[in-house]
Amino acid sequence: MKLSDIQSKVNSTFFKEHQKKLYQSLEDKHTSIEELDEGDPLTTKMILNMGPQHPATHGVLRLVLQLDGETIEKNKLDIGYLHRGVEKIAENKTYQEFMPYTDRMDYLSPYSNNVALCTAVEKIASVEVPERAHYIRMIGCELARISSHLLWLGTMVMDAGAISFFIWTFKEREKIYDIMDRIGGHRFTISHSRIGGVANDLTDEATAYIKEFVNTFPNELRDYHKLLDRNRIFFDRNEAVGVLKTEDALKIGATGPVLRACGYALDIRKLSPYARYNEVDFDIPTRLEGDNLARYYVRMEEMGESINIINQCLEKLPKGPVRTDNAKQSYPSKDEVYYSMEGMIHDFMMTDTGICPPEGAESYHAVESPKGELGYYIQSDGTGHPWRLKINAPSFTNLQVLENVLDGEMVADTVVIIGGLDPVLGEADK
Amino acid sequence: MSLQLSESLQKTVDALTENFSDKVIEVYQSTGDTFIRVEADAIVEISTYLRDKLHYVYLSDIFGIDRYTSEERFEVVYNLLSLKTGTRVFVKVRCEEEGPVVDSVTSVWPAAGWNEREVYDMFGVFFNNHPDLRRIYMPEDFQYFPLRKEFPLLGIPGSIELPSTTPDNDQ
Repeated sequence: MKLSDIQSKVNSTFFKEHQKKLYQSLEDKHTSIEELDEGDPLTTKMILNMGPQHPATHGVLRLVLQLDGETIEKNKLDIGYLHRGVEKIAENKTYQEFMPYTDRMDYLSPYSNNVALCTAVEKIASVEVPERAHYIRMIGCELARISSHLLWLGTMVMDAGAISFFIWTFKEREKIYDIMDRIGGHRFTISHSRIGGVANDLTDEATAYIKEFVNTFPNELRDYHKLLDRNRIFFDRNEAVGVLKTEDALKIGATGPVLRACGYALDIRKLSPYARYNEVDFDIPTRLEGDNLARYYVRMEEMGESINIINQCLEKLPKGPVRTDNAKQSYPSKDEVYYSMEGMIHDFMMTDTGICPPEGAESYHAVESPKGELGYYIQSDGTGHPWRLKINAPSFTNLQVLENVLDGEMVADTVVIIGGLDPVLGEADK
Repeated sequence: MSLQLSESLQKTVDALTENFSDKVIEVYQSTGDTFIRVEADAIVEISTYLRDKLHYVYLSDIFGIDRYTSEERFEVVYNLLSLKTGTRVFVKVRCEEEGPVVDSVTSVWPAAGWNEREVYDMFGVFFNNHPDLRRIYMPEDFQYFPLRKEFPLLGIPGSIELPSTTPDNDQ
C-alpha cells in the first residue's frame, strides 16, 4: 500500500501535517518488507485507525495499524492526546505545590507518584525523613501497587473476554479506596505524602482497615488464581501473545513487570533501596517467557509480595513523628500553626517560597512504581521553583515496547497486548 | 570538590578519561549522582564504548535542559544504568542555540528512539540519523518548542488549529 493511496482515502480535517507525517512514518517502517509484497490482488490490506477514543486502548492511545488480512504488518503509535505539559507547569510551581499534579500522572497509583516526587526533592535538598514516615509511605506505595495491579487484572481479563471478573477486582479496589480515604482524606488523588514526611499519622481506624485488608486479600488472590490459572480461554488468549524476547527487552528499554516477565530481576526497590525497602524481606518475581501470560504471573505474584511487605511494615512500624521538625524544610504541624506566631510565619513561608535546594544542584531519584521505574530529575537554580524537572515515566517507556511487539501479531490480540503492558496515558503523555 | 566515587563508577570515569581524554570535558557530582560531560561529536562513539566495554546496556532516559542565557544553550542528558554493577551514570552533551544538533544514539540503544523524539518536540534539538524524528506529544502543525524558557506558560493563542465544534464543519 502506497502513501498516495492512504492520503487520497483519508480526508483529514485538522492537524493535516501531523496526519500526513504519521502515515508517512508508517509507510517508511520496515520498507524492505513493503517491497516484497508489492501488489495486492485480493485487497486484504487496509489501514486501521484504533483510538484515541477506543474503549480498549486504556486511555487516549491511538494506533495506526497496517493490516494484511488479520495480521498486523506494521504499526505506529500516536500519543500526546493527554499532553498537559506538567514539566512546564512544574517549572512555575513550588515543589510542594507541584505535588498534587503528580496524582494526575499515573492516576491508578497516585500514592507512589507522590512519594517519587517527595523523595526526589528530599534527596536534592537533603531533608531527613522520620522513620515512621518511611514505613507509612511504604504501606501506601504497596497499597497503590495492589490497586494498580487490580485494575490491570480486571481490564486485561475483560479485554480477553471475561466481564464479571472486572467487577470482582473492583470490589477489592474499592476497599483500597476506603483505606486511602481513612489515611489521607481522599479516595482517588490522595496527595498524602509531604516533602519531609507525610501529611498525617495513620489513625487507629486506618490501621484497622489496612490490617483487615491484608488478612482478607490473600484469599481473594487465591480465588483469582483458581479462576485463571487453569482457564483454557484465558490461556489461549495470552500464551505466546505479545512476546518480547529476552534479548530485545533491555535494548528497547522495557521497565517494570514487562521487563521482569522477560527474565531480568530489575527492581529499583532492590537496586537502590529508598524509604526502608532494605529492611523488609521480599522477592522479585520473574518469568522467562516474555509473553502476556508471563506478565500476568509476575504481576499476580507482585501483589502477594506487596501484602508481605505491608505485613512487615505494620509489624515494624516505629513510634515517633511523621514529618521532619525543621520549619525551613517542611510544613510545621497544624498545632504549631494555630497556636504559635512562628508556626504561622513558617507555614506562610513554606507556602510562599517553599523549600529551596542549593543553587546548581542536580539530582535524579527513581522509585519502583507499579508500572516500572518512575524517576524524577530535578535541577535547581536556588529558588523555590525547579529550573528543570524531568519525569521519567514508565508507561512512556513501555509504550515504545508496544510499537515493537505489535508487528506480526493478530489484530484481535492488540487489545490484550495493550492490556498486558498496562500503560497509563496520563503518565505517558505527561 | 573531590569526587566520591564507588568502585564501579571510578572504573567508568577512569576508562573514559583514559580512552577519550580529549573528549571528556568534565566529571562532577551533585547530591550523589555522577555527571560526565563530553563533546557532542563523540557521543555515539562514547555510547558504544559505554555499552560494550562498561556494561551500560540499559538506557533509562534521555532528556533536554534549556540553559537559557548561557553559552551552548541546550543540554541533552543520557541516563544510563549498568545492570552488572547497578551503577547509574549521567552523560551530558551541550549544543548551540542556533540549529542545535546532536547525533542520535538509536543505533546504540534502540530505546533512545522515543526519548529523542521527546527532546526534539520539547526543545527543538535535532538528532542526526534518527530513523523517525517526528514530534511525539505536539502535532506536527505546531511551530513552537514548549519547554524552551521563552515559551509562555499559558501557551500562544492560535498556535494550534482546533477541530470545528459545529457538526457540519461550517464556521
